[in-house]
Amino acid sequence: MATSKIRIIVAKPGLDGHDRGAKVVARALRDAGFEVIYTGLHQTPEMIATAAIQEDADAIGLSILSGAHMMLFRRIIELLREKGGDDIVVFGGGIIPEDDVSALKAAGVSEIFTPGASLETIVRWVKEHVKPRGVKAQ
Amino acid sequence: MEKLWQLRQERQRWEATTLKEALARQPERADQFSTLSDLPVNRIYGPEDLRGFDLERSLGRPGEYPFTRGIHPTRYRGRPWTMRQFAGFGSAQDSNRRFHYLLEHGQTGLSVAFDMPTLMGYDSDHPRALGEVGREGVAIDSVQDMEILLRDLPLDRVTTSMTINAPANILLAMYVGAAENMGFTRAQIGGTTQTDMLKEFIAQKEWIVPPRPSMKMIQDMLVFGTRELPRWNVISISGYHIREAGATAVQELAFTLADGIAYVQAGIEAGLEVDEFAPRLSFFFDCHNDFFEEIAKFRAARRLWARIMRDRFKAKNPRSWWLRFHTQTAGVSLTAQQPLNNIVRVAIQALAGVLGGTQSLHTNSMDETYALPTEDAVMVALRTQQIIAHESGVADTVDPLGGAYFVESMTTTMEERAEAYIQKIDDLGGMVRAVELGYPQREIAEASYHYQQQLERKEKIIVGVNDFVVPEEQSIPILRIDPEVERRQIERVRRVRAARDEVRARRALDELKRAADSGENTMDKVLECVKAGSTMGEICDVFRAVYGEYREPAII
Repeated sequence: MATSKIRIIVAKPGLDGHDRGAKVVARALRDAGFEVIYTGLHQTPEMIATAAIQEDADAIGLSILSGAHMMLFRRIIELLREKGGDDIVVFGGGIIPEDDVSALKAAGVSEIFTPGASLETIVRWVKEHVKPRGVKAQ
Repeated sequence: MEKLWQLRQERQRWEATTLKEALARQPERADQFSTLSDLPVNRIYGPEDLRGFDLERSLGRPGEYPFTRGIHPTRYRGRPWTMRQFAGFGSAQDSNRRFHYLLEHGQTGLSVAFDMPTLMGYDSDHPRALGEVGREGVAIDSVQDMEILLRDLPLDRVTTSMTINAPANILLAMYVGAAENMGFTRAQIGGTTQTDMLKEFIAQKEWIVPPRPSMKMIQDMLVFGTRELPRWNVISISGYHIREAGATAVQELAFTLADGIAYVQAGIEAGLEVDEFAPRLSFFFDCHNDFFEEIAKFRAARRLWARIMRDRFKAKNPRSWWLRFHTQTAGVSLTAQQPLNNIVRVAIQALAGVLGGTQSLHTNSMDETYALPTEDAVMVALRTQQIIAHESGVADTVDPLGGAYFVESMTTTMEERAEAYIQKIDDLGGMVRAVELGYPQREIAEASYHYQQQLERKEKIIVGVNDFVVPEEQSIPILRIDPEVERRQIERVRRVRAARDEVRARRALDELKRAADSGENTMDKVLECVKAGSTMGEICDVFRAVYGEYREPAII
């Protein structure tokens, strides 16, 4: 049993302001017992990667509805690798077509939740797939 | 009174006999019924439910105060609503082609969607624009892009609605500049800029500077529009985004009208007479799935606004009392699952908008949960409106649901609950202050979390999502934006900067800075910047430097 709480950054990369999904998911994860940091809107990939490293996050949940996911999600993964955060689990959600989902997974995104995914599904997935980073490293 | 007592007696008798027997045979589906926004719905409504309802005071006649039945005496018998499909994507050329296509197929007004960098006041070559150029709308960096967007369009005959807020002053200046270059006069061009920053801070979240300087920029536009552009509606007070962010119907109604109150106040404080500008304020609402709740919302909105304008602001011109509105069916109600079902949702919502008396309507396309709509999907959406207008018969009589016990009762409930919210916002010191305090933002976040939980518990059903689910593969065609659009747009804005008279462009920006610093009206300066070839991002940078950039406190 991990003693430290799992810490998740919920972030909105890009310029779109549709934050209903991000907020609802952030709140559901918090209610499920995770420590959640919501970055707020309009974050650049650099801001998100830096926040994840500084906050010692175990996972990052990205929400985007503008269609810029291919560019921005990949850039975040790249930056995490550069900064030594490649063991941070990255998952995401938004309006993301099926073809892009497979491409994003190939690029290192662990899971993508598309419209209609229930909070229960997302919470269950996080419980199963996100472990405290320190544990694996020992 | 005697009659009411009799009606109640009759109701009790019916409940004790006919109803009781029926319930014994077949119980109801639930103990309590409620609307999508959780307002209680009774088993049946009769005259005894119309507490405080007065035929003259509450309903009146169409075209007369308080306009519950509509602002025009003949509603759609004279002319149907304007069918205005929102469009815009990729480059200015792509969007211009879509506009010509829509006009050729019977659309009667244009509506422009801008991409995210434009909405946030960044040029296409700004690092923050990476991957976003032309995706959710058209990229406009300079007056040259605007000229391409409007090429060969009859600007004296179509009206153009531009969904732009934070840099609305700049886009309006570009529209005026482009129209003048095309040979139209300021008096000929008609349209709407959204310019509703309060709802941006509340819900849509595309901003540049903080709330108070944003209100100053709006005041500058209001004064300019009132004096210079007789056919332009400077502000479209928008509930759509508030609703889409997860608000209830009551919250949408209340926050939108409270925003309206703040703009009227701002116009008066800028030195305008209320009747000078109020007739040109228009509204924009969402239309969601709950049919009667939505119809009641529109009817209550008209009645409330008429009272606010007449009693609170002492407007004399009846046109100032009018709540004219555009409706868009609820994007948030569309499902990625079984996308063809969305055609039916849109039809129901559009019908509610029409029965609610909308002046113009956008029907969403079935494929919009994936991407911007394809041409075929847009066509079905437009045809849905035409079927309602020409086949269903609902446009042939005015306010056909007026007097229906349920509809009138729901209209009154909407009005009362919205008034309570407006009172609360007044008590906080008005909407600008309420936004700074995060009050409407928190109320919406609460409502949307509550609704999501209802879905998880299946207390509310979405067909194909939490019930009637089938395994499926995404199978509808979707519109892809060519990544080349971004590269070409970046090249173009760089060419514009390289080709212009640099001294003139610099001077115009300096002049704008001086005007913004001194607090004078900035519109003429923005126009000169635009004409001098200054770009969207450069002009916004001046406002950022003078007023500061807005950062939202992150509330979950």
